[in-house]
Amino acid sequence: MNETEQPVEVNTVIPFGPQHPVLPEPIQLRFTIHQDKVVGVVPNIGYIHRGIEKACELNDYKKNVSLCERVCGICNFMHAMAYCEAVEELTDTEVPDRAKYLRVVWSELSRLQSHLLWLGLFADSIGFESLFMHIWRDREIVLSLNEKTSGHRIHLSTCAIGGVNKDMDKGLISEYKSGMELLERRIRELAPVFYKDRSVKDRTVGKGVLPKKRAMLLGAVGPTARGSGIPQDMRRLGYEAYSNLDFEPVVHDEGDVHARLLVRLEEVFQSIRLIKECLEKMPEGPVMNKNRRFPNGATVVRIEQPRGELFYNVMGNGTKRLRRCRIRTPTLANIPALVDILVGYDVSDIAPIVMSVDPCISCTER
Amino acid sequence: MHILHGALIKMPRMIKRVLRSLLSRPATVRYPFVKPEPARGTRGGISFNMDRCDLCQDCERVCPSSSIKIYQDSGRIEYQPFRCIYCHICVRTCMQRAITPSEMVRGPAYEKSVDVYEVHR
Ligand code: SF4
Ligand code: SF4
Repeated sequence: MNETEQPVEVNTVIPFGPQHPVLPEPIQLRFTIHQDKVVGVVPNIGYIHRGIEKACELNDYKKNVSLCERVCGICNFMHAMAYCEAVEELTDTEVPDRAKYLRVVWSELSRLQSHLLWLGLFADSIGFESLFMHIWRDREIVLSLNEKTSGHRIHLSTCAIGGVNKDMDKGLISEYKSGMELLERRIRELAPVFYKDRSVKDRTVGKGVLPKKRAMLLGAVGPTARGSGIPQDMRRLGYEAYSNLDFEPVVHDEGDVHARLLVRLEEVFQSIRLIKECLEKMPEGPVMNKNRRFPNGATVVRIEQPRGELFYNVMGNGTKRLRRCRIRTPTLANIPALVDILVGYDVSDIAPIVMSVDPCISCTER
Repeated sequence: MHILHGALIKMPRMIKRVLRSLLSRPATVRYPFVKPEPARGTRGGISFNMDRCDLCQDCERVCPSSSIKIYQDSGRIEYQPFRCIYCHICVRTCMQRAITPSEMVRGPAYEKSVDVYEVHR
């Protein structure tokens, strides 16, 4: 090189995904890298679009429960529940009290399942393999409860329009109680690792910072927003039996990856507590009311999924087919925040930062 | 020194977990050699009992994946196990209790087979 020549500033573009060991699902992020620092990110979605919204319009509205349940594998029960809530509102169907409590129990079970899955995957993304395996072994407690409830480990398929189609007997309730006790003990043993361990803190503290104002501006939802100090939790709207339960959203103010990690960890304990409370308070009675009308009109349902606010806009026209079923999932709302928090950090931090918003892509694309 | 100190503090808690993991059964099963026990009420494939079925078509109407076809004229039922999502809505719907649930799902195959049942007249 000639002495008078300046070194040329070169930016490198690195595609991350759609297939990448860190990503559980296909999304592509194109990183512009300058000297090992991320300076720009362009997200690219559309790899697993399945046309579920359109299929909802072609299907019988009752069959859509199974279809909506398959929008997402992890929070399948909540999708079915949101859809059922919308149709119940359009058909003036009253849900029995016991069914409301059972829906809360199973939604919290989905949240537990999802958060434990995420905690394991996150540990894996920072290279902490043994923690990953410990957490996933403990997650089996939740999955076996799922299996005992409905016969499948992941897809509960227990939600139906007008209530739920399964009831819990005394034996199952006591199995739930003992399962929750065991899970709480196990996760309490592991919790100090997330709070104190240096190998976790080195990779998370001060990384991917999303200040509160920025989170509001970008419309972040769920644990991503709560990790930035925004106490936003749709469960406080009081749908199903949540209005009778006692809880406060878990909020951390730091806004970094570690804060989002702790939000999810503490929500595991919160969910366990909510399940126990529901099992105590659950009244006796029927679990299903028949609906006798076709859905007519339009409604909006907002519920809290493990990743944030889930939004269903269902429009009926008085026939057995719907006019429109619009689904907005939390990951879609979190993508602007994800793009924002990656800028300015090292390439080696990309994996934990991407994982920290818990992207669920098949939800996003429906 | 710092690391050693940390390790000494964590040791009792870790030892408990390590010992428990060492002495407990493995969380997984050695699959091809050991068959895992399905839980009570596992939702698997279905079969039709044609002595009970009255060809009312209720199951066809409710099946979310359209896996069941009922031909009332010829008294025939076609069930496509590779479309079925094992939701057992048909089992709950059938008033004649003509659909028998099983705990086994259909194994993988090269061709999508169709199960055909016929009414003995
Ligand atoms: S619902 Fe039962 S009785 Fe009716 S056609 Fe199906 S299997 Fe036969
Ligand atoms: S189990 Fe579900 S998908 Fe399978 S045939 Fe019955 S209703 Fe259809």
